[in-house]
Amino acid sequence: MIGVLSGARTLLYKEVLRFWKVSFQTVAAPVLTAMLYLLIFGHVLEDHVKVYDDVGYTSFLVPGLVMMSVLQNAFANSSSSLIQSKITGNLVFLLVAPLSHWAWFVAYVGASMVRGLVVGSGVLAVTLWFAPLRLVEPGWIVVFAFLGAGMLGSLGLVAGLWAEKFDQMAGFQNFVIMPMTFLSGVFYSVHTLPAFWQALSHLNPFFYMIDGFRRGFFGVSDVSPWTSLAVVGTSSVGVAALALNLLRIGYKIRH
Amino acid sequence: MPALMPAISFQNVTKTYAGGSVKALDDVTFDIQPGEFFGLLGPNGAGKTTLISILAGLTRASGGRVAVHGHDVVDDYAAARRSLGIVPQELVFDPFFSVREALRIQSGYFGVHRNDDWIDELLAHLGLADKAEANMRQLSGGMKRRVLVAQALVHKPPVIVLDEPTAGVDVELRQTLWQFVARLNKQGHTVLLTTHYLEEAEALCGRIAMLKLGRVVALDRTSALLAGTASTMLRFKTDDALPPAVQAAARVTGRIVQVKAHDAAEVESLLAALRQAGVRVEDLEIGRADLEDVFLEIMQGDAPQVAA
Repeated sequence: MIGVLSGARTLLYKEVLRFWKVSFQTVAAPVLTAMLYLLIFGHVLEDHVKVYDDVGYTSFLVPGLVMMSVLQNAFANSSSSLIQSKITGNLVFLLVAPLSHWAWFVAYVGASMVRGLVVGSGVLAVTLWFAPLRLVEPGWIVVFAFLGAGMLGSLGLVAGLWAEKFDQMAGFQNFVIMPMTFLSGVFYSVHTLPAFWQALSHLNPFFYMIDGFRRGFFGVSDVSPWTSLAVVGTSSVGVAALALNLLRIGYKIRH
Repeated sequence: MPALMPAISFQNVTKTYAGGSVKALDDVTFDIQPGEFFGLLGPNGAGKTTLISILAGLTRASGGRVAVHGHDVVDDYAAARRSLGIVPQELVFDPFFSVREALRIQSGYFGVHRNDDWIDELLAHLGLADKAEANMRQLSGGMKRRVLVAQALVHKPPVIVLDEPTAGVDVELRQTLWQFVARLNKQGHTVLLTTHYLEEAEALCGRIAMLKLGRVVALDRTSALLAGTASTMLRFKTDDALPPAVQAAARVTGRIVQVKAHDAAEVESLLAALRQAGVRVEDLEIGRADLEDVFLEIMQGDAPQVAA
């Protein structure tokens, strides 16, 4: 078994080290961005929007921003690492190594989860200054944070394998990930939307991640956390299976 | 006595592109024995890099089988890759890491950890000792090439594959590299080399395969290939126009003219033709054909020269 597990461990270490070496860009910058969202939206809307009876708007915003940061950074890690390695050609160092598709998956998704959760923790820590923190059902926080980071890490892997140039990757990020994130109820409750948009939101797995995650903080949610768990769990397995299969067949990396 | 397991075995390897209409490799079959220093030659587009990519697992063959020390490169890829150290043709590097980090990471992929002693030895042999902590981006092209060699050797593979490792590198690096690789070969490592520098192949490789349009057109010991061709070359320099008969048979590189001559009588008639045409000849020499002559002769011919 020499090499199988230790090879994956080394790749995980390398992927974590890669983003940590540029942590100003990969950790500090997204924390700052989330804080700006909180300051601006919280300041403007605090007295105008009431989502849950006993929760102020700024407090309501915090879990959504934390989860949004987790998801976006988990996606960014695996996708940007892969596309950079493909375009610069240094993916060859991995391709000639005796690593199985499982090893690739565990390492890339694992590192994405680490980055997503580190950034999410950073955002949470910074927002403590602006809104009181409540942890009514903390188990859901952990479950949805890990599942969301894992799913977006897998999705980043799929996008990184599919994209052949930075332009395609930017397209995936801006036309798929960003709309799904912003239309998931980060800044509002979907119950405040017109019926059509409400129905559309319920087709977005990101909505369930954020709703379930927020449940952990306030004990209230738009849908049952078990429903969210079922949707997010199924989606995560589906995306993971797709990523694993693409790795197994060497999609666009072994010709 | 049982036959030795080949270090590398190519059996009926075929690679087609564009739905089968383009054949990059056509039924390539040969073995490389453990401890050999083997040269793979051919013009651009002959299929050398495709063959090495299939060996390394970067490309999948359309047909046939490739094995390293008996391990199939597809079905038993992990064992096959552990036996291989590949120096890629492209000058690639990961800009996030220092030289030592890159080597430790590459070693870890192969399940080999805490081997800093070997890493230090590699760095010393390749003239990289003072660059160990430097970021890869700070290195010159030649230094990056040395790191590529170190990365290929960091897990101590028994088979080393060098895909045009000296393309565009200076003389000093070329010497350092060949001394190091020759020493590894003496220690028992099998070496497969592709190169455009035919004098390198002639000096280093005990056996050579030549590829042309995806097919093996020559496969023999280097000495046998050299012996099997026209043995004499007339070389000289001139600024004058050559007579048509000589021009047709000559290979001209700038002022340098090389003409094949099978025997002394042919040399004499060539010189007479030059004298008669009033061609002023400088630095005239008559020498043995080198691998470049053999290469050109084979590439211009049709018949394969494959030893049994």
